[in-house]
Amino acid sequence: MAIKTIGKHCKGCGVCVTFCPKQVLGLDALGKITIVDESKCITCKQCEMRCPDYAIFVEKK
Amino acid sequence: MEKLIEKYYRPRLPHIWCPGCGNGIVTSSIIKAIDKLGLDQDKTVIVSGIGCSSRASGYLNFDTVHSLHGRALPVATGIKLADPELNVIVITGDGDGTAIGGNHFIHTARRNINLTVILFNNNIYGMTGGQYSPLTPTDSKATTAPYGTLERAFDIAELAKAAGATYVARGTAFHANMLVDVIAKGISHDGFSLIEAVTQCPIYFGRQNKKGDASTMLKTQRDHAVTVEAAKKLSPEQLEGKFKIGVLHQSEAPEYTKQYQGIIDRAQKGAK
Repeated sequence: MAIKTIGKHCKGCGVCVTFCPKQVLGLDALGKITIVDESKCITCKQCEMRCPDYAIFVEKK
Repeated sequence: MEKLIEKYYRPRLPHIWCPGCGNGIVTSSIIKAIDKLGLDQDKTVIVSGIGCSSRASGYLNFDTVHSLHGRALPVATGIKLADPELNVIVITGDGDGTAIGGNHFIHTARRNINLTVILFNNNIYGMTGGQYSPLTPTDSKATTAPYGTLERAFDIAELAKAAGATYVARGTAFHANMLVDVIAKGISHDGFSLIEAVTQCPIYFGRQNKKGDASTMLKTQRDHAVTVEAAKKLSPEQLEGKFKIGVLHQSEAPEYTKQYQGIIDRAQKGAK
């Protein structure tokens, strides 16, 4: 699986971080999306579905 | 989703909506519904009014009209009557659709013209700074109601049903996949379809009413929404403070563009 984030689109609302069931995501010092631990990702795509800014995409490989 | 963005969005992201605004989620649900049905991009028209939600038309790669405040439905009616082959989708908000465009709303529903209206309900006028709208719940604070609103809110789904809409559904930004289904059904329905999309405004509605951040407001939608099927098994006491989601009403009635074609045919026969 691969997680792609687009920093330019992210506004740091934190919705993806809240709804990620495996704590894969976090916000960096600038308040933008960052991947904490990609190995924990179960590809549930909650983040991709809920991101209001189209800043995160998860693909199965 | 990334492929859908390349196909259906204009290259002008990021959008203008505030951090945590649910409008982006609802817009992506509309796009997923269009993609699911395989609608021809050149035969689909998106019409919007004015307001936060109505900015959506500017990001979507279709023939779009960003019309006047409250007037999305008359513009859409004109487009549909000029070419009934087109799929006309209207994006409007609670202020745009039910206050300034309220009269257009009931009469378009009464005509049962084959339009699909997606009404983004964020309970507030966001773009102009948080004034209360006809869908702001009673006792909510707004910049124009610092001590809380006195008025009762419309139930827009009941209003549409009473005005003659033949498909009425409700979804939320939290239940994004279900929203795709109800929008797709609305587009497929032959007649006036209203889909109320409950969405969160964490900046102007949420902050003034201490509703928490975007994540908390999404959880509130999750906790207060009951599907139509589940609601049948619950007592009125258990349904207190909840709202129903899913297809709320569906009926059959003559569709306006078809009736209008009938008039054209009759008139042309008479002229010969």
